[in-house]
Amino acid sequence: MNSERSKNYPLRRRAVVNALLAQRGDALVVAGLGAPAWDVTAAGDVPLNFPLWGAMGGAVPLGLGLALAQPARRVLVITGDGEMLMGIGSLATVASQRPPNLAIVVLDNERYGETGMQLTHTAGRADLGAFAAASGIPICGTVRDKKSVEAVIPQILREAGPLFFNIKVRAENLPLVLPPKEGAYLKDRFRFALLGKDAVT
Amino acid sequence: MTSSASETWSQDIFRVLVENRVRQIAYIPDMGHASLIKMCHKNKSMKTVVLTTEEEGVALLAGAWLGGDRGALLMQSSGVGNCINMLSLTRVCRMPLLILVTMRGQWGEFNPWQVPMGQNSNPMLTAAGVLTFEVNDKDRLKETVAAAAKMAFGGPAATAVLISQRILGAKTFDR
Repeated sequence: MNSERSKNYPLRRRAVVNALLAQRGDALVVAGLGAPAWDVTAAGDVPLNFPLWGAMGGAVPLGLGLALAQPARRVLVITGDGEMLMGIGSLATVASQRPPNLAIVVLDNERYGETGMQLTHTAGRADLGAFAAASGIPICGTVRDKKSVEAVIPQILREAGPLFFNIKVRAENLPLVLPPKEGAYLKDRFRFALLGKDAVT
Repeated sequence: MTSSASETWSQDIFRVLVENRVRQIAYIPDMGHASLIKMCHKNKSMKTVVLTTEEEGVALLAGAWLGGDRGALLMQSSGVGNCINMLSLTRVCRMPLLILVTMRGQWGEFNPWQVPMGQNSNPMLTAAGVLTFEVNDKDRLKETVAAAAKMAFGGPAATAVLISQRILGAKTFDR
């Protein structure tokens, strides 16, 4: 385990998420619990975001169910390394289904950020991009600098997937930007925006 | 349990799923669900998703519902314990969820490792906020699944039908 390494990574998570979501178009966004949910919210709290406050390990399978239900829409899952590790088997499920409209982005700061910045396995030898590739996801990669982020954003938003990018980001504590935490409200506003009034009455 | 008997009641369940416009079938297989899984695979309006753990199915079907698809989650009783925290998603977001559990460790079980979840699936699901429907008679299976589906999608609510080992028969290794 390397407790210092990610403190010096050049990429800053909020800048990565802002750059990605600035070009989201009509993409549906699922955010894993903790910092990724705050990052997505900092870029704009909109109805077609579904930020999780719990259900750890569920971001990718939730995104998969959404992608299968909405094959004409881009579905973007943005989550963290700890959350991804808890649901790591779901990458094999994604690979078996091969939804072309599903993109998974992990913001990997090698920490459990919400609980005191304890190290995750990615601070050691675990490599999430390699997990995704070995699971059978056809397009995978690890991104470490700004130039590479700019290069992969069009892929993440448009290329036929499923695809998975692990983005190594600096370990840092940022101001909280919290989305609504009422789950029924988050669900209804999402379904209203996507499916219309009949879906919530 | 003969295979033709299982096919008959599996057909009953399948019809209920079709009538309820269920589009995504998530499962970890069980012998008791084998016929139903085959029927779902053959149906072109259903997407079948094999999982690595049952909790994935809870999250998958939450996503399906966000996108407008109805789903059903098939598992055996040993999978119930794997779902507990993920069921908070269904509960807090007030989403529908229809779970069909084939029971092990309940009636004439030869494998003691199945007994803890076989004996506790119902109280654990109840504690997690899932409405449970136990069914011991194959002739009551169709109406029970229909009732559970109605309460799941009409609620919305999380519901689980626990299909007794008395219907399935105890598994042996000398088949």
